[in-house]
Amino acid sequence: MYLNSIFSNPERLERLGDIAQSSFLPLIEAAVQFTLPLSVISFILGLFLAVVTALARISTVRVLQWIARVYVSIIRGTPLLVQLFILFYGLPTVGVTIDPFPAAVIGFSLNVGAYASEVIRAAILSIPKGQWEAADTIGMSYSQTLRRVILPQASRVSVPPLSNTFISLVKDTSLAALILVTEMFRVAQQIAATNYEFLLLYGQAALIYWIICFLLSLVQGRLENRFDRYVSR
Amino acid sequence: MISIKNLHKSFGELEVLKGIDLDVEKGQTIVVIGPSGSGKTTFLRCLNILEKPSAGTVEIGGLVADFSKPMSKKQIMAFRKQSAMVFQHYNLFPHMTALDNILEGPVTVQKKDKAQAKEKALALLDKVGLSDKADSYPHQLSGGQQQRVGIARALALEPKVMLFDEPTSALDPELVGEVLQVMKDLAQEGMTMVVVTHEMRFAKGAADEVLFMDSGRIVERGTPDEVFNRPQEERTKRFLNLIQDTDTI
Ligand SMILES: Nc1ncnc2c1ncn2[C@@H]1O[C@H](COP(=O)(O)OP(=O)(O)OP(=O)(O)O)[C@@H](O)[C@H]1O
Ligand SMILES: [Mg+2]
Repeated sequence: MYLNSIFSNPERLERLGDIAQSSFLPLIEAAVQFTLPLSVISFILGLFLAVVTALARISTVRVLQWIARVYVSIIRGTPLLVQLFILFYGLPTVGVTIDPFPAAVIGFSLNVGAYASEVIRAAILSIPKGQWEAADTIGMSYSQTLRRVILPQASRVSVPPLSNTFISLVKDTSLAALILVTEMFRVAQQIAATNYEFLLLYGQAALIYWIICFLLSLVQGRLENRFDRYVSR
Repeated sequence: MISIKNLHKSFGELEVLKGIDLDVEKGQTIVVIGPSGSGKTTFLRCLNILEKPSAGTVEIGGLVADFSKPMSKKQIMAFRKQSAMVFQHYNLFPHMTALDNILEGPVTVQKKDKAQAKEKALALLDKVGLSDKADSYPHQLSGGQQQRVGIARALALEPKVMLFDEPTSALDPELVGEVLQVMKDLAQEGMTMVVVTHEMRFAKGAADEVLFMDSGRIVERGTPDEVFNRPQEERTKRFLNLIQDTDTI
């Protein structure tokens, strides 16, 4: 029905073309200004948190293990949207007010931290014991062993799952629209609210998300190739 | 060079080393043989404190470790520096070239001057016959080549004692010789070595003393000729028969 009416109506077609053209730039702008920075910053902070959490999980200190477990359990056991709402709408009721963007960064970082910590923990545990022993016997300290021997190898193993985490994150940033971050999806909503062309605007947003994720998967492939340099097959 | 007194090691209830005594002179090569599970690997690992012994004292190169007392990390590090270990499965760092594997100890750990360390590392590679493999990654090398890099990596630490845990037992037969040759050269140059191996040729050609271990004890010791040709203990005889049958020694 809808398609029929478009094609039988050249004026409507023209109007859609105009809207698509004029909304394209604001959407890209929002992606560059908010979606991508939000993704990248949250991913970097999240990865840092993930490494710390993974190390806490494999440490021999009970308290650290326990804290890490509880953190991962809470984040994995509650919806991301609920976490964002607690940070942005919930905390102000106890006097803690956070702006939309930082609130989103905190929420997404905590999320990446929890999920990626499991990936990194598994990757660290997959490195053969002999590597730790070789590092021991040449006199490396624990932190040297991690930095020079274990993490470089673990990161190779982690590239595919962490790429997935990042791609999911890029898409999940659309949830930030609901805590008033003017990222790409929110801009699409705002434009659509003025002209009621929901299918067009959300379709455009979807297309841009897809292009970003497609480019990321290309980057993933290149990273994997680079790491494969030293791996026997 | 090495003086071991009453060395014990237990894993929980399981007592794996039941009092080892051993003195090794500077420049001597000791070969340790014995059935699987007799504690040979554990013994070597205790000398490098990869396993913390339960009791006993070990002196290497003038440094004494008394394992009945707690040791600080620093003490362990200092003691560990006296010896270097060559592993059965090489345990090279797969993400580093042969050269970088060798440099890791001197440069990252011992903070030596990079240029000098590199010169020395290249000399070591040359010594183990791999001067053209400096930039190869471990997976680009054969098992024998990897193990020779492993030996060079250990030598780069300038240890007073080299410990070898079945360095050739993971190798294809045709690659065993090249590794044993490097080890023989080392022995000839006066390196003090403790070698767990069942390679009879090596033991006969290079060992000053052969130890036969069983169930966590040194059951018999002597020159290669004494232990291999005139064993006194029943258990030694049985073990030698067994491995000579399968021709693996
Ligand atoms: N980390 C450990 N935890 C518990 N038991 C261990 C551990 N390492 C070794 N053992 C036990 O100690 C005993 C001696 O093992 P070890 O590896 O020293 O023997 P080995 O003489 O080197 O044998 P092989 O010839 O098979 O290498 C074995 O019974 C083994 O199961
Ligand atoms: Mg062993």
